[in-house]
Amino acid sequence: MSQTAAALAPDASTGTPPSIVLDRVNKWYGAMHVLRDVSMMIGQGERVVVCGPSGSGKSTMIRCINRLEAHQAGRIIVDGTELTDDTAALDTIRREVGMVFQSFNLFPHLTILENCTLAPIWVRKMPKSDAEALAMEYLTRVRIPEQARKYPGQLSGGQQQRVAIARALCMKPKIMLFDEPTSALDPEMIKEVLETMIGLAQTGMTMVCVTHEMGFARQVADRVVFMDRGEIVESGTPSELFENPRTERLKTFLSQILRGH
Amino acid sequence: MSGTTADPRLTDARLPPRKRMRLSWADPRFRGLVWQVLIVGLVILVIWYLVSNTNANLAARHIATGFGFLSRVAGVPIADSPIPYNPAESTYGRALLIGVLNTLKVAVSGIILATLLGTLIGIGRLSSNWLVAKLAAIYVEVIRDIPVLLQLLFWYTLLQGLPGPRQAIAIGNWAFLSNRGIKVAVIDWQPGQGWSLLALVAGIALAFGYARYSRRRQERTGQKPRVWPVAIALMVLPPAAVWALAGGSLVIDKPVLRGFNFTGGTTISPEFVALLLGLVVYTAAYIAEIVRSGIEAVPQGQWEAGRALGLHSGVLLRKIVLPQALRVVVPPMTSQYLNLTKNSSLAVAIGFQDIVSVANTVLNQTGQAIEGIAMIMAVYLTISLSISLFMNWYNARIALVER
Repeated sequence: MSQTAAALAPDASTGTPPSIVLDRVNKWYGAMHVLRDVSMMIGQGERVVVCGPSGSGKSTMIRCINRLEAHQAGRIIVDGTELTDDTAALDTIRREVGMVFQSFNLFPHLTILENCTLAPIWVRKMPKSDAEALAMEYLTRVRIPEQARKYPGQLSGGQQQRVAIARALCMKPKIMLFDEPTSALDPEMIKEVLETMIGLAQTGMTMVCVTHEMGFARQVADRVVFMDRGEIVESGTPSELFENPRTERLKTFLSQILRGH
Repeated sequence: MSGTTADPRLTDARLPPRKRMRLSWADPRFRGLVWQVLIVGLVILVIWYLVSNTNANLAARHIATGFGFLSRVAGVPIADSPIPYNPAESTYGRALLIGVLNTLKVAVSGIILATLLGTLIGIGRLSSNWLVAKLAAIYVEVIRDIPVLLQLLFWYTLLQGLPGPRQAIAIGNWAFLSNRGIKVAVIDWQPGQGWSLLALVAGIALAFGYARYSRRRQERTGQKPRVWPVAIALMVLPPAAVWALAGGSLVIDKPVLRGFNFTGGTTISPEFVALLLGLVVYTAAYIAEIVRSGIEAVPQGQWEAGRALGLHSGVLLRKIVLPQALRVVVPPMTSQYLNLTKNSSLAVAIGFQDIVSVANTVLNQTGQAIEGIAMIMAVYLTISLSISLFMNWYNARIALVER
């Protein structure tokens, strides 16, 4: 039996199929091999933190999960649907997967409210008033409902990133991907964004988060995955990884991270 | 800084002290004033010299100034005229009016066609299809490196090289390409059929109304009714119905070869076609670059954020990319529209009778050079300012309200 077939079978302990399955995923940029046989299984409601030095392929890996990048070999199965060139499958998956970017990527010509209602209106075919009510609900949850009529340029970085989280949540995704959500922020703003993410983790959302915030990883992650040079080097609970790193590569990485703090 | 701890001296609402200007070269305000007075004086001096010199010369040559010549019979033959014109009876004023109309005809159709062609090529250059992208790139690089006058002469020569009317290249029996221009069939309007035009206008208005309704309906229910099929039906059916009521006969005036030339149909002159082709092809190369840079100016992250939200490429383009690209595209586009309009004066080189060409003939015949040149300048100024005003209005409308 192949690894994937086993993966798709319901988990014996909980009876639920895994949320995300990566099975020997490979990707090249030209001759550069950026993902090497990456295999991983993420269960529903599981919170995974991915870390590793820059250029280790962690962002590429997370971007493959909603096909902002296409993988070239191996299989990716998200919420029971395999990612292929098939656009219908892609539509289904992108509806269920929300993403937050390092550089926020809010739409500068739309108000905060319009940023949040655009996808529910055009993708979920929601009436405008319902979409606005939903948006206000999530903006309240990220604690910035009073900014709804402003434009992204009028907000601080931390506020913008919280809007980006609310915008993704408005699609009611089952999975949230975070690609270094705090790397572009000043220290005092990192805290407000991390608090929002911790709040989200408490709701039972499946989360995959690329970050160097080790405090966040300790507090929230069920599992930490360490990547280097396109492959998964180690994975385990935060305490396993941070306190007993087995490989030299992880030890070096951790010492560099700690020196930075 | 919070307001409560502010220094009371800073919150005092006194006006800043007004400094008096010193009459010294060390005072920047005094220096500025001296320079301004000097420059204004110089400009006045130059204008006074030009006017008095012109007047002296006109007096010495016994030339009367004024626009009285406009109502005299022109006697200038004009080949290509959108309004009735007879050289034996029509006035110089009418001849010049035809020049203006011809310039407008080229400018308006040129701007529309160049925008369409340029946009296509600009998008083509960004295509993931290697051949399309390379062809678009070659088009841009070749066309914008050749002077526009040369291109006009090229197209004109090419059209002159077409066979004579007897060997004309026929497109069915609807259109004929020959060195006498393009002959095309036109609808010969029967009495009563003019009403179908009115029905078309009404249909277009209804289609706009339906588009509004569709938007409202989407806001209310989330479902967006398809606009295009209904809009097309609204624009086609009423005119067709009126046409049928008015007798339903369709009389088409087709060009027919009689002797050495065609009769019937309508003619598009080779001069006009060459000028339009030359200007459109040339300007489209620049517009393509503007469109490309506009789309490329929208950060990749905007596309990614849209895709990650599950937006399809149509909505993504319409709601996210184009609104941001347009604000980069519109200002340089205005320059290209002005360039095309002004370049249309090169018509004189291939014998198309635009305002420059007609005014040139008129001032040669009447000797009213100052009035002639002044009128040409006034015409271009008016057209150009109109384009600028419209584009500035449009630009203000789409400008990004970011903060």
